[in-house]
Amino acid sequence: MIPELGHFSLIIALFMAMSLGVLPILGAARNSRVLMGVARPLAYGQFVFIALAFGVLAHAFLSNDFSVLYVAQHSNSQLPGQYRFAAIWGGHEGSLLLWALLLSVWAASVATFSRHLPEEMVARVLGVMGLIEAGFLLFMLLTSNPFTRLLPAAADGADLNPLLQDPGLVIHPPMLYMGYVGFSVAYAFAISALLGGKLDATWARWSRPWTTVAWVFMTIGIALGSGWAYYELGWGGWWFWDPVENASFMPWLLGTALIHSLAVTEKRGAFKSWTVLLAIGAFSLSLLGTFLVRSGVLTSVHSFASDPKRGIFILGFLVVVIGASLLLFAWRAPKVGLGGKFDMLSRESLLLSNNVLLSVASASVFIGTLYPLFMDALGYGKLSVGAPYFQAVFVPLMVPMVFMMGLGPLARWKKMAVPDLASRVKWGFASALVIALLLPFLMGKFLSQESSKWSPLVALGLLMSFWIIASLIISLKQRLSGEGDLAQRLRRQSLSYYGMQLAHLGVAVFIIGVTLVKGYETERDVRMNVGDTIVAGGYEFRFNGVTQVPGPNYVAGEGSVTVHRDGHLVADLHPEKRVYNVSGMPLTEASIQPGLFRDLYVSLGEPIPESEGAWAVRIYIKPFVDWIWAGCLMMALGGVLSISDRRYRIHQKATARASAEPVVSNLQGQAS
Amino acid sequence: MKLRQKRLVYILVALAAVGLAVGLVLNALKDNVSLYFTPTQVYNKEAPQERSFRIGGLVEAGSLKREGDGLTVHFVITDLKKSLPVVYKGILPDLFKEGKGVVAEGKMEADGVMHASEVLAKHDENYMPPEAADALKKAKSVQ
Repeated sequence: MIPELGHFSLIIALFMAMSLGVLPILGAARNSRVLMGVARPLAYGQFVFIALAFGVLAHAFLSNDFSVLYVAQHSNSQLPGQYRFAAIWGGHEGSLLLWALLLSVWAASVATFSRHLPEEMVARVLGVMGLIEAGFLLFMLLTSNPFTRLLPAAADGADLNPLLQDPGLVIHPPMLYMGYVGFSVAYAFAISALLGGKLDATWARWSRPWTTVAWVFMTIGIALGSGWAYYELGWGGWWFWDPVENASFMPWLLGTALIHSLAVTEKRGAFKSWTVLLAIGAFSLSLLGTFLVRSGVLTSVHSFASDPKRGIFILGFLVVVIGASLLLFAWRAPKVGLGGKFDMLSRESLLLSNNVLLSVASASVFIGTLYPLFMDALGYGKLSVGAPYFQAVFVPLMVPMVFMMGLGPLARWKKMAVPDLASRVKWGFASALVIALLLPFLMGKFLSQESSKWSPLVALGLLMSFWIIASLIISLKQRLSGEGDLAQRLRRQSLSYYGMQLAHLGVAVFIIGVTLVKGYETERDVRMNVGDTIVAGGYEFRFNGVTQVPGPNYVAGEGSVTVHRDGHLVADLHPEKRVYNVSGMPLTEASIQPGLFRDLYVSLGEPIPESEGAWAVRIYIKPFVDWIWAGCLMMALGGVLSISDRRYRIHQKATARASAEPVVSNLQGQAS
Repeated sequence: MKLRQKRLVYILVALAAVGLAVGLVLNALKDNVSLYFTPTQVYNKEAPQERSFRIGGLVEAGSLKREGDGLTVHFVITDLKKSLPVVYKGILPDLFKEGKGVVAEGKMEADGVMHASEVLAKHDENYMPPEAADALKKAKSVQ
């Protein structure tokens, strides 16, 4: 009876979402207060009923109700409690429900935190979100109902894929979905601005914090996924250019462009149409990501077995959303106007160039991801586009982007003379260059590499990071110069300035991580007998054999590897080879000793037949690999800092001032 | 500069950037696409000799052999019509099993053996890589 209650709540939520999608937008067009007034109650209502449905599914999982087909497919009575809960989003139907739930959370938050917005704006924004929610609920009810019964009930479930039985997987999907779905808010703001025909600095100011929050979630979600791949897939890679990773990376790139473009629209009134287009693009790519993952057209870790009906529904939905928004854009955008003017060299032009580069990068990922699909559909046979393609395209695009990223915060709005900017940065650039050229010579020694070669790619990577850091120092020096107390001057800078710099520093840290792990990692696949030692990168790895250890729902062969350096014990690692009881599926669990400057990474291959306990063992030394995720975390924290800025808290004042003066110039966050 | 000239410069710069990007993409695609072939196609000499490609199919039961170093493995990929011997040095993925679907990427050498640089098996016991399924289907339809 309880699962039917969940199904029923979804139907009620669908009707609420449909009403939300129609009535308030109609009300805004006819200027009817009554119709606009239903927006908030309906947004709360759909949230309550979807949350109820989610609660019902959670109950079915936690109480092992194997009469529900979805539970029987993705859980098992042996599965530990926390994974039974996470199994809710371990498959197609449940992840859609999570998606719908998060979308209603966003809508309810917009309803709550929008008291200062004009009524018709709120009505339109919530209306657009209601339409999207209605689409997803319809999709779920028609093709992927999570509450479908299995009669007679299964005695026990088929178990959750062991790869997903991991703490990282408990939080990765919700975080990533929060990001995906969060871009719907930016999209809804853009669409309602188009509908209302009023695209000005106020609109950008309202939509900015929401977009940044979505971007922060997405950044964390992608970083978590990458971290999970690193320790769970057992071969030490942190990014595979897997189609599904790309599906999340494309909207992230456009979202990054969007938050910068929104900043310009808010502060200078420029790029208005471009910003709207980016908002539409970022959300469309989020939907495309869903399509790619859920339709099963891709070969990937993430694709669940699926049926073609679903793919066609999402594709149709995608066409409607993108088509309708572009039509609306074509109809309304000419009225928007070009906005503020700026010179060839100015902060605007640098930001615009970076926007273009980010969009092109996103498009190149798009091509690499979809090319095999098109070729297959056109009958040219199956092919795959590998990581080398993405690297070959990405590096040349990112180099100028990072260079301009260093210049941007130092340039003036509107107009800047080339010699002026050059004289500001010349020492910073020169020192970054010298350090980047010399450091690789010392690096090999520091990481005790046998073969410490100077490589141009390492030098290039270091140059990019040091350039960002140099630009940060120059910017701080400019802002903090002057009379008086240093602490006071530090406090006078806005939080959004610190947020921006922290996020940029995060990019520098990220690049250092990528560069050094690519340039100096040691990877050894070796056969080891019990008692064998291997010397790699100055560390001595000793293999002490494998013993059988029972786990909660698996049996593990647990290896023991001790690591010494200069005669001291550095690490005692226990990689595992598990076999899960229910599915019989084997899983490699790597053992990692993380460190600021290097990770020691050991995983078990397979036992070697006709030997006395020998195994194939994988030994990796990954210098600076954790900097990759630390960099992502800094970017996310930077985003959090910048939205904690006071400017977004005193809404009343800010709105009043902004609407009185549409093109807000000289606010905070400007260089000199 | 006048506004019109300036706009022209912007457009030219944008075009140059897009052209550069397209060039990069095409160039990268040309070098980094690997095509899929089935064992039957390889047998019919449709697969390239010089560059690496991917092959999908099943690991033939009883074909897996290990050399003394424990790392070099020999196995045979089949689409149940024709088969192709493969040699690979390294650790095989968890779900690599005889009788299960597999995709290998590598080059054909003069000895008629594919020297694989990468072996992929998917992350679910019952999941068959579409390429492997495709190879089986094609081989069947030829019958």
